[in-house]
Order: sequence, then structure tokens, then C-alpha cells
Amino acid sequence: MKVSVQGRAAYAYTGGKPFAGDEPCVVFVHGALNDHSVWTLLARWHAHHGHRVLAVDLPGHGRSEGPPLASVEALADWVLALLDAVGVERAHLVGHSMGSLIALEAAARAPERASGLVLVGTAYPMKVSDALLATARDDPSRAIAMVNALSHSGLAAKPSYPGPGAWLRGGSSALMHRIQGDAQGNLFEHDFRVCDAYAGGIEAARRVTCPAHLIVGSRDVMTPAKATKELAGMLDAAVSRIVSGHALMQEAPDAVLNAMRQAIKA
Amino acid sequence: MPGPSDPSFDTLAVHAGAAPDPATGARATPLHLTTSFVFESSEHAASLFNMERAGHVYSRISNPTTAVFEERVAALEGGIGAIATASGQAALHLAIATIAGAGSHIVASAALYGGSHNLLAYTLARFGIETTFVKPRDIDGWRAAVRPNTRLLFGESLGNPGLDVLDIPRVSAIAHEAGLPLLVDATFTTPWLQQPFRLGADLLYHSATKFLSGHGTVVGGVLVDSGGFDWERSGRFPELTTPYAGFHDMVFTEESTVGAFLLRARREGLRDFGACMSPHTAWLILQGLETLPLRMERHVANARKVAHFLAAHPLVAHVGTPELESHPDHALARTLLPRGCGSVFSFDLRGSRAQGVAFIEALQLFSHLANVGDCRSLVIHPASTTHFRMDDAALAAAGIGPGTIRLSIGLEDPDDLIADLKAALKAAERAAA
Repeated sequence: MKVSVQGRAAYAYTGGKPFAGDEPCVVFVHGALNDHSVWTLLARWHAHHGHRVLAVDLPGHGRSEGPPLASVEALADWVLALLDAVGVERAHLVGHSMGSLIALEAAARAPERASGLVLVGTAYPMKVSDALLATARDDPSRAIAMVNALSHSGLAAKPSYPGPGAWLRGGSSALMHRIQGDAQGNLFEHDFRVCDAYAGGIEAARRVTCPAHLIVGSRDVMTPAKATKELAGMLDAAVSRIVSGHALMQEAPDAVLNAMRQAIKA
Repeated sequence: MPGPSDPSFDTLAVHAGAAPDPATGARATPLHLTTSFVFESSEHAASLFNMERAGHVYSRISNPTTAVFEERVAALEGGIGAIATASGQAALHLAIATIAGAGSHIVASAALYGGSHNLLAYTLARFGIETTFVKPRDIDGWRAAVRPNTRLLFGESLGNPGLDVLDIPRVSAIAHEAGLPLLVDATFTTPWLQQPFRLGADLLYHSATKFLSGHGTVVGGVLVDSGGFDWERSGRFPELTTPYAGFHDMVFTEESTVGAFLLRARREGLRDFGACMSPHTAWLILQGLETLPLRMERHVANARKVAHFLAAHPLVAHVGTPELESHPDHALARTLLPRGCGSVFSFDLRGSRAQGVAFIEALQLFSHLANVGDCRSLVIHPASTTHFRMDDAALAAAGIGPGTIRLSIGLEDPDDLIADLKAALKAAERAAA
């Protein structure tokens, strides 16, 4: 559905059902150069199992009007403004990669509005190497190929996403190229710099009051599981470790769903 | 900077989409000959049917063995996914039926496999889908043929049987200017010779019966999506961008930003038309795919030798392969098909029809049959077989003469093939008397 947030048109996928009623709300926030479509299986499942769902396109990504916002803090404010716009007081905040930092910061900025926090494929700090930042700036297509190769842990992940017959590496690459091609400016470099610059993770974790759950991939080389230790401790978070690379929702959709069911039930 | 990248073509040909079986440890892809798959619970069943989970329900819609084949072809083509079909013709029909209906229009190359021509010219016309045929080299003709109700541009990477090289960069540019996708039949080239998506195509399909299988054992097809075409931006495809009553009002482009086409093709096309591939067929074609790079290299090398032999023979009037400078698309082929032009080509015998018959009947290694892309060398007379429904004018438009003979060069020793052709040409010469 389309909604105006901070004066600009924003899109959120609602899981195949109208966004209505008073069921608990789950907000899904995607990572760098992605959009809502990385969440559609999980979003549909939750929408049909007792939740209202908002899987957002962040500003400047996919169907949401730009420009892209400059920091994790600004994006967290945007998520909270989205909740205002749709009249939701409290929500479970779920984020992947860059989106996990946004969810974390939003839960810290308005602890009373976060009923739960689920961080998927997360790490703090989420530093990006100078070499990759330079490649993202100078040769975004090459950087997309590199990140895509690093984000997948093998050549077959069943039952595939969004369903059998999908070649995950191809799908992820095509999505990144689509989002980059539609964006104003070099969105890939922008998103990486947003991740790299975020310095408030530990302070944010101190302010979070809701239950937190981390879902990490044992084969993730983008945000390695070991890079979540301090964050998990600060959040007193439950941690689900599943066999996957960084593209967890694509490589292991059922395992992520099982972990999320535990997290949201908790 | 150099850095990580996806594995190369030869590696993908062996591994893409397949992993050791978690239940048994089997390293080769198991053959799952089962119609259906047990649900873990009623909730699990409902969530599979409602696309809240990925998984297999019924083998008409998907099957684990078939899915490995689909993922592997998509990987080799640089696509986002694929749907295996009962035949190449089923793949073409599935592509069209997913985005076109009564009142739609297609612009297609005139140089098509006869079966594809039949589907477009006669059968789909009966269902209200009209096709304008254009000469594949007539770039302005492609542009001029586009109408407000056009949904698709379509051609073969190498036209059958004259081997017209489809200028994919230029034709796809025309398609994209009009907000339309370009569909390519890539059967003759395979991804080893050309990856049409890298040149601008949006959708492609193969008769997997041919080189992908490579052994002349099974009939199958596969439809692949690049994920690159923006159906919403085009504004011409409500099938993908507005609620579909046949699947809970799903809007496919919202469900998958890049995979909307394949979602509808599987959820509607396989569900309703049902032209799926048998898992057994998928398993057999997977065996072929593993050696595709090795086989194609040999196919091309053999075909080159045979083409040069025929071109120098006094009883041969013309050899129609872009491998030779005499072909009008020779220069284009060097750009778009740098590894070669496959192993299917035609030639024209001098002399009478009786000499043509004598030639075909004298061949020993070449098999006279209606197929291409086998490991065995094959021969056929298009005017009396694959294209027999076309009148002389349509034949001429497709670059086929009454004396045209089509060869599909296999993996035998090329010297043996040349010896066989030499003897048959001798027989043809004697038949003149």
C-alpha cells in the first residue's frame, strides 16, 4: 500500500491482505540496495497468522519516493513516522543487514513503541572496507557482483526463494541492479556508507527495552556471526544460529520463519 | 578491484542448483519420481498453498529434481529462475500465455522453426492473438510492426534453418523503447555460445530436447526470465501488475520485484495448462547439462570442418552458416557469437530433387530424422518435413529452398562424417545420370 511519510510517498507490502484491524503489527526493514520483496514469504506468513504487516521500501528504494535518507538515525525516524502515518502505536521491528541497524535504532529512539526486535544477518559495527566502498563508488556493477557472491553461501539452497526453480544468485543480482537503476544517484555506495557510518549501535542497545532476538547465518561472511557477540550481550538477546550465508531469508526461509515464530511469540 | 565473483560457466554447469541430498548424502541429484509431497501439518499445507512458504506440493507445479534443472539453466543463462516444460513448444506457449491474451499482438521473426510459425500464424490466431512476421535483419521492420496492443517481440538466436543471426542488441532496444520484452528462442546456440540476456533479451527458452540434453533421448523445454524487464514501468501488462482473481488477488509485481513473470507463469500456466516436465526427463537433461561446455566445443569444431568441406565441393551450391564469409550475418556472428555458430546448418545441392533423395539415402552415419542437437549427426529435408505446411513464398521468406538440406553435426570423428558426406555426394552425382 502507499502512504505518505514525512511528506513523501512511501510503499509497504502488506502480505497479501489489506492492512486493517487491530492485530499486532510487524514491520520488516530491508537491507542495502534491496526492497520489500526480500521479505514476501515471511510477510505473507505473518499476515495470515494473526498480524498486520508492513514490509517497507525505504525512501529512494523501489516504490518509495526519494531521496534516500542519509543515516541510520534518519531512517529510524522514518520508520517511526511510518507507524504514525498508519496509526500503529507499537510494532515488532524486524530488519535485515542495514535494515537491522535501522530497526535497532528505531527501537532505541522509541522504546515504548517496539514490542519486539528481530535482527537478521546483523553485525555491529557494520563496517565496510575502504576497497569495497571505492568499488561501489567507481564501479557499482562490479561491487554488486562482489557483494552478491559474498552474500550467498553455496550454489543450491532449497527450496529456493520465492519458490522452486529460482536461482538465488541471479534473483539477488537482478534486484540490486533494478534498485540501483531506478534510484537517484549511486544508491549502492550511499547505503554502504550509511552502514559504515553508524556509530550508535551500543548506545542504542542500552536503550532498547523490548525482547530482542538475533538470527545469524553460520556461513555469513558479510556480517559474521562472531560480530554479533557484543550486540547480543547488550540486548540480552536470544540468538538463533542457522545454516546460511548473508541472504538468510532467501537461503533458509523456513529456518528464519521458525526463529521468527519463537521471537515474536516471546 | 578484483574480488569475489560467482563461479564460472563450467563450474555452474556441474554444480548450480544441486547439493548433496540432505536425507541420504547422495552426491548426484536424486530422481524424485513422485507426484506429491507430504505436508508436515495442516498449517504447513495451507501456507504452501498460499505462498507463505516455499516448497513442493504437486509435481505439475514443482518437483525437487526438476527444480535443480531449472536453477541450473537459469544460472547458465544469467537469469533469475526458470520453468521446465513438457517441450520447447510448451515453453513458447507458456511465455506467450502468461503475458498475452485475446486482442494481443506479437511481432516475430519470419525465420522460425516451423512449429513455432504454426503456433503463431494459425493456432494462436484462433485464440485472438495476432502475429506480424518481419524479416529478422529488417531492423526498421521490427519497429514499424509494433502496435499499441503488442505484448512481445520474438525471434530465434539463430533462425531455423537459414541461421539468420538475431541482432539482439538492436531488436531488444526497439522492444524496450516500446516498453516491451524481447523473447529469444536460444535452442541452437545454448548459453555456451551466447547468453541472450547479456545482449539485451528479457526472456528466453530452449527446446531442451536438443543441445541441453544432447543425447536425443527426451523431449523437454525450459523458459528462463532475466528479471530485468520492468513490467510496472511498461504499463502494458495488467496480468502482472494488477490483482489476479485466480490467486487471492495477488499482484505479482508486488510479490516479487524481479520475479513476477515466473510467479504467474508457474502459478497460472503450469497449474492450468499443465505442460510440465517429467522429473525423469529433468534428470536425464541434467546429465547432459553437466557436459554442455565440452560437447558444444566439439559440436562447433566438427561443424566448422564439415561446413568448409561442403563449401569446397563442386556439387554444393551454397552452405548457409554464418561461420562462412558468404553468409550475410558473418560479421554480426563474429560479434554476437564469438565462440561459433553451433552445429546446425543447411546447404543446397546442385541438381535435381532425385539427386537430393539419393544423397540422403546414401548417408550411413547421418540419421535421417526430425531433430537437431543430438550427439549423433542428423540430416533432414526441411521443405518436405519441418516446414512442409509453409507455401513456397513463406519458405522463401524463411530462407528455405526446395533443395535445402539441413544438417546437425554430432560428436563423431569429423573425418568419418566427411567421408560419409563424400560418399553420399558421389551417390548424388551418379543419380544425375
